[in-house]
Amino acid sequence: MSLLETRGLSKTFAGLTAVDGVDLTLQTGEIRGLIGPNGAGKTTLVGLLCGRIEPTAGSVSFEGRAITHLPAHRRIRAGMAYTFQITSVFARLSLAENVALAARRRFPSGAADREAASALDRVGLGARGADIAGDMAYGHQRLLEIAMGIVQKPRLLIMDEPTQGLSDAEIERFQTLVRALAGETAVLLIEHNMNVVRALAHRVTVLNFGTILAEGTPDEIHADPAVQAAYLGTG
Amino acid sequence: MKAGALHLGLPALLAVLGLTLPEYHQGNLARIMVLAVYAGGYNLLFGYAGLLSLGHAMFFAAGLYGMGLAVRFWGLPPASAFALGLAAGAALAAGLGALALRARGVAFMIVTLMFSQAIALTILYFGDITRGDEGFVLQPAQRQLWGIDLSQPDPRFWAAWALFSVTLLLILWLVRRPFGKALVAIRENEERTRMLGYDTYALKWRAVVISGTLSAASGAAYGLLFGYVGATFAGVQYSILPLLWVLLGGAGTVAGPFLGTLFMFYLIDYASGITSAYMMLAGLALVLLTLFAPGGLAGEVRRRWAGWLP
Repeated sequence: MSLLETRGLSKTFAGLTAVDGVDLTLQTGEIRGLIGPNGAGKTTLVGLLCGRIEPTAGSVSFEGRAITHLPAHRRIRAGMAYTFQITSVFARLSLAENVALAARRRFPSGAADREAASALDRVGLGARGADIAGDMAYGHQRLLEIAMGIVQKPRLLIMDEPTQGLSDAEIERFQTLVRALAGETAVLLIEHNMNVVRALAHRVTVLNFGTILAEGTPDEIHADPAVQAAYLGTG
Repeated sequence: MKAGALHLGLPALLAVLGLTLPEYHQGNLARIMVLAVYAGGYNLLFGYAGLLSLGHAMFFAAGLYGMGLAVRFWGLPPASAFALGLAAGAALAAGLGALALRARGVAFMIVTLMFSQAIALTILYFGDITRGDEGFVLQPAQRQLWGIDLSQPDPRFWAAWALFSVTLLLILWLVRRPFGKALVAIRENEERTRMLGYDTYALKWRAVVISGTLSAASGAAYGLLFGYVGATFAGVQYSILPLLWVLLGGAGTVAGPFLGTLFMFYLIDYASGITSAYMMLAGLALVLLTLFAPGGLAGEVRRRWAGWLP
């Protein structure tokens, strides 16, 4: 059984169709890259998946259950996690509390603190748990976002441009982390860094003008002339 | 641990003051403690959940009138009348909270203000029952709790002390639980909190109900201990006062509401001894504090010396 499935998923904003009839299927434990030129509808699409945005038409099901009209917080509880494109951490709270807030939905209070510490360790921020999130460099806030995602031990982790602003060493670490998640957790990765996509994704979906332009392995996508014309050639 | 010790220390200090202060200040302190319960309830919503209500007087009044009318018309003893006041506040908060929370930000302020005005006007409209602005007095004979005369200074002080101490520890416990931490998360970034799987509407609603019930507890106790029930307490100034107390004392701190209430009470007490334009002096002090200690008294302590202060 597939983990996530959409049928004819569409979203229209005041006459502008941002996502148009998308049929997307994710398998349990796979890493999927979602790429496309700016304005292709990637962020809108994942917004529809995790419930931040109501669809105009179409359906979403998660683990065989229809979730099209489930509010966002219930989808998160059902096993999705979402990391924001523009870092959206709790700027005035400590790193440890940021991650613990993410963990407390799943774990009782004491265990949540332990899970939070371990998640911070895994992204390389283990020594900085007491620091205030807003005081950190942008790249570190991105890592914190990732820690807040993985600590929830989701079935599906949706990450919107997680490596933006990270150093090469941090990207390396991020890739190791995501590979370790795969199998248990499906990862849907919106990513502009093609090296990251090629290194991580089992399959890649290309979005253009709100529709799926192509889908395949990273190598197939790389060789696809339509994709090159729409995206790689101009990027 | 430090935080627990500190917040047990405050009731202990107040108990010592209750035994040693002259009667005038003991009476003031009783009044301050009852009003600090109101401020504490307000702070749970404003300081922790980040929801600015301009209509909390309706909850204070619900407690005051729920208790007062039960005594006046049904001759209920103080304990059951107090419980009825709490229930009135809780029910009002549950109902109006569910409606008001559909509005956000400034709209929430306006909606709570309007609801509160409607309640205040209702109290005036039914003047033959509530006696409107004039209000009514609860006789000492009606204020006997388990054989204790609540109209006497000493029992009054200890009743206020007990209510204040219980609610202080209750709030301390609440804000250190996952519930309280989730409220802070909503204050800091509601959208993020929602996307971590929290039902932010339900959490805010619970905060409104607890906040309203605490405000009602303060109102009911105020009527019982000071023997007067009147419509002024439902007016807009009684919605603004807890906001000022909390801002002065430190929003989002457990001890702040008490400190703010204490500070403002004695500020007005002192200023009115100097000039009849005492609110001008009070206003000046408020402006200065807001400019130079925007976190309030306890907030400033937390910022400078004690980051662990809850």
